[in-house]
Amino acid sequence: MSSDDRPIVRVRDLIKHFPVRGGVLNRIVGNVHAVNGVSFDIRRGEVLGVVGESGCGKSTLGKVLIRLTEPTSGTVEYGGTDITRLGHAEMLPFRRRMQIIFQDPYSSLNPRLTVRKLLREVVRLHGVVPDDHADDYITELIAKVGLRQDAADKFPHEFSGGQRQRIGIARALAVKPEFIVADEPVSALDVSIQAQVLNLLMDLKDEFGLTLMFISHDLKVVEHFCDRVLVMYLGHVVEEVPCDDLLLRVKHPYSKALLGANPIDEPPPKGSPRRTLTVLKGDVPSPFNPPKGCPFVGRCPIAMPRCQAERPPLVPRPTTNALTGHPATHTTSCWAVED
Amino acid sequence: MTPARRPILEVRGLTTRFRTDRGIVTAVDDVSFDVFAGETLGIVGESGCGKTVTSKSIMRLLPARTTIIDPKSRIMFEGTNLASADERAMRKIRGDRIAMIFQEPMTSLNPVFTIGWQLDEALKYHTDLDSSGRRKRALEMLRLVEMPEAERRLDEYPHQLSGGMRQRVMIAIALCCEPDILIADEPTTALDVTIQAQILDLMEGLKRKLDTAIVLITHNLGVVAQVCDRVIVMYAGRIIESGPVHDIFHSPEHPYTRALLRSIPKSGHKAHGRRLPTIEGIVPSLFELPKGCRFQDRCEYRQQRCIDVEPELLDVGVGGRVGDPLRQVRCHFPLSGASSSPTIERTGVEP
Repeated sequence: MSSDDRPIVRVRDLIKHFPVRGGVLNRIVGNVHAVNGVSFDIRRGEVLGVVGESGCGKSTLGKVLIRLTEPTSGTVEYGGTDITRLGHAEMLPFRRRMQIIFQDPYSSLNPRLTVRKLLREVVRLHGVVPDDHADDYITELIAKVGLRQDAADKFPHEFSGGQRQRIGIARALAVKPEFIVADEPVSALDVSIQAQVLNLLMDLKDEFGLTLMFISHDLKVVEHFCDRVLVMYLGHVVEEVPCDDLLLRVKHPYSKALLGANPIDEPPPKGSPRRTLTVLKGDVPSPFNPPKGCPFVGRCPIAMPRCQAERPPLVPRPTTNALTGHPATHTTSCWAVED
Repeated sequence: MTPARRPILEVRGLTTRFRTDRGIVTAVDDVSFDVFAGETLGIVGESGCGKTVTSKSIMRLLPARTTIIDPKSRIMFEGTNLASADERAMRKIRGDRIAMIFQEPMTSLNPVFTIGWQLDEALKYHTDLDSSGRRKRALEMLRLVEMPEAERRLDEYPHQLSGGMRQRVMIAIALCCEPDILIADEPTTALDVTIQAQILDLMEGLKRKLDTAIVLITHNLGVVAQVCDRVIVMYAGRIIESGPVHDIFHSPEHPYTRALLRSIPKSGHKAHGRRLPTIEGIVPSLFELPKGCRFQDRCEYRQQRCIDVEPELLDVGVGGRVGDPLRQVRCHFPLSGASSSPTIERTGVEP
């Protein structure tokens, strides 16, 4: 992998609160703390995974990163420029450099446009290639994502889920982006199709030197696909870990519980018992009134009095990625693993 | 597992067709299997393989106007053929003896009634308990499914519960008559992985406590590995392989089963490179099924015979293992080579 160390994205103290209105006067009665002070870098050419359960803020984070949603505070630097303060016109060149792929490509594709038309719209809007080259360029794109050429004149509803996701990928690629946020891109697909789409993303990443943020709830997919992973809980990053062997690596009790709750890959040899699943009590607490101390305190099997009172800081420790041999950092936010 | 068990449900030649705008389509084609007491039987396959239609055919929950269950189909439960039973007979069995839970509990719960009311309705229908007895039983059921703050939940509405709690309510309703068989159709697909673990753990515990047979329909092979005793693999309306879970995972006989197992990322396997083995192509349309094997277009071992003749579902490797659960495969050239079909040299390349 050719990832130089210059970050392409720098996120600092990012906060996104959604106001909740209520009462007769429809006043703001509180905030949903979707993203609650998150900082990290993404290096060029890297695949950064973001995992967590529903409501942990991972999708909001992805949207804020490319400014589909405005942050409440904090900065998102893209190639050295803080994009959170840019006006509409200043933002346009950055929009072209960053793209997003959604979980459900069907609801993100205009049903009235054929594939050719919806790709042409993007290409023209951003002036990617001269108009008279647009058709050739679209032909090339369709081939790149592994669709047959007759796909160009069909409508989104005529495709299967996997093919639609390929169209979603083609649309993201059309503007020749550097950075793509992939928000659960394979979660809605059948197993055999998941592997096809993951391989396609991997090939395109290598071919175009893309940087990816890969958001998923599926730890096995994340481990397979990513170089580094952020584990999120209630709007906080609780652990940032190199993605070589997560099972050996993770230290945070929540990350451990997530891995332990994952079903086994295959049944054990005959006669030996199956590993039992780690069963965490309770549900994710509401992000409306998050706990004061550690966000995980309510479900943590090893919680101490200190965890109620004080939020543990993110403590970085230098390490080495066992697969690439590159220096890496393993950051954990937990009083119990502080040593 | 004890040998010489008798199945509590015997499905033979189940064929379910639908009338559609494009003509009649066969969604489940000649499916036969047994369900034994106290076991968890997994039915796996991708969208459209017929796994849900199979379960809904057993429960007779498919719309009567558009569904044709072939008259030759037999679904034998305690001497009754459910495939041809009338609605009155089905009502005695459905919910009482065979219960079902679904992927999205919110759509199966009535949003305008409390949890207590919905449990009460099931109990009213299936038991002779009086009102206070039913309330007591409803509370017991919620405690049985380890509902947090069970007492308070009786007076809450479905929207006040989380997805995991709603699925617990569904399980409580399904189990309130202590059914012999619980059919669970993707019960954890809509849930987060930590909640999935809770529900799987709960189902395991209840199975042991109540000796209920569970038919678990899922596309998630990890869930199958975790909880199933036996597995049926379906593809395009057909059973293509079945057997004990260990055999299916460690020595799959059908090329589809093996390819499916290889295409999922596994923990700690990253060093082998990031490309996943895939099954190229897509499942054939049920309207345009090929003459021979339904997997032929995607199979790396395809031979002329696979194009000409559809293979039958045959027993493999049962010899000498009397009493073992059936091990069946629908392939002219099963991967181990052990087959009752004539031996023909395999020319495909072993990857």
